[in-house]
Amino acid sequence: MAYAASNPAENQGSTPLAIKLLVAGGFGVGKTTLVRAVTEIKSLHTEELISDQGSDFGLPGGGAGGKTTTTVALDFGRITIDDDIVLYLFGTPGQERFWFMWNELAFGAVGVIILADTRRLADCFPAVDYFELRRVPFVLAVNNFDGAPRFHSEAVRVALDLDPEVPVISCDARDRTSCRDALVVLVDYARRLLESAPAAQGPAGR
Amino acid sequence: MGSSGERWVNDEAGPVIRPYALVGGRTQPSGGRLDLIAMVRAYRGIDPDPDSLEPEHLLVLRLCRLPTSVADLSAELSLPVGVVRVILADLREQGLIHIHRPVPPTQLPDPQILRRVADGLRRL
Repeated sequence: MAYAASNPAENQGSTPLAIKLLVAGGFGVGKTTLVRAVTEIKSLHTEELISDQGSDFGLPGGGAGGKTTTTVALDFGRITIDDDIVLYLFGTPGQERFWFMWNELAFGAVGVIILADTRRLADCFPAVDYFELRRVPFVLAVNNFDGAPRFHSEAVRVALDLDPEVPVISCDARDRTSCRDALVVLVDYARRLLESAPAAQGPAGR
Repeated sequence: MGSSGERWVNDEAGPVIRPYALVGGRTQPSGGRLDLIAMVRAYRGIDPDPDSLEPEHLLVLRLCRLPTSVADLSAELSLPVGVVRVILADLREQGLIHIHRPVPPTQLPDPQILRRVADGLRRL
């Protein structure tokens, strides 16, 4: 920014590069569990203006002037990679009424883990559609719930009509190593896409 | 409700002073909306005028002695993100902080940065 470069105070040590990854998927699919497995989870609250439909959601204050605010709690965690790079992991709110939050979270995201539950595969359709459309790199991670049927990854790919290059992996959201491996697959995939994409056509934030 | 000793407000009701009272009822900071991973750092050697700042502003300044993200500030201070954004806009107007906006993925200096991220994750 213009105000930074000319200020001598700027030369007081470097600011780490912040990298944003997201965890998306349907309500209750294990997003919070995954973030908790790999980071020291924190929660933050963001308040958003919900217009018009506010009263339809039964939110307090709905209808007052046609607009109301609601508080959305977001899970996030931080992983310090080294002195220069910090990784932030955000869980996207899964409930339909909070989908509007995805725009802000998706902006500038390097990639997304979309968690899926094979018992309710359709729950991840909105996330797949959303990130496909915005060309944010994503991997599809099937959360291995106890008792859920196991499917071959190709069956999941076909069911979701995913592009052949999209990684489909299995993941146990409770297991730190498993979640870490999923993040590695995502970051490697995002890097390959960036390397192969023409500069102006790469996966943008929006 | 009528008997004495019963509290009208408990912790679950949230702070008695609504967060926006801290920032004069403003919900939109001046300047664009700050990304959750924008990194904030207080300039060293600049003494703020304590009379012009709320305690929360001073708390934010203290936390930002080391580069701290908007998300971390919100979580550390248990303040809604919107309130933190307004406070940061105030501090920026007074020239007390530098806000480092995140680099979009397509403008990363080098995709090899992501190789370092993956290697770092493998070491976890």
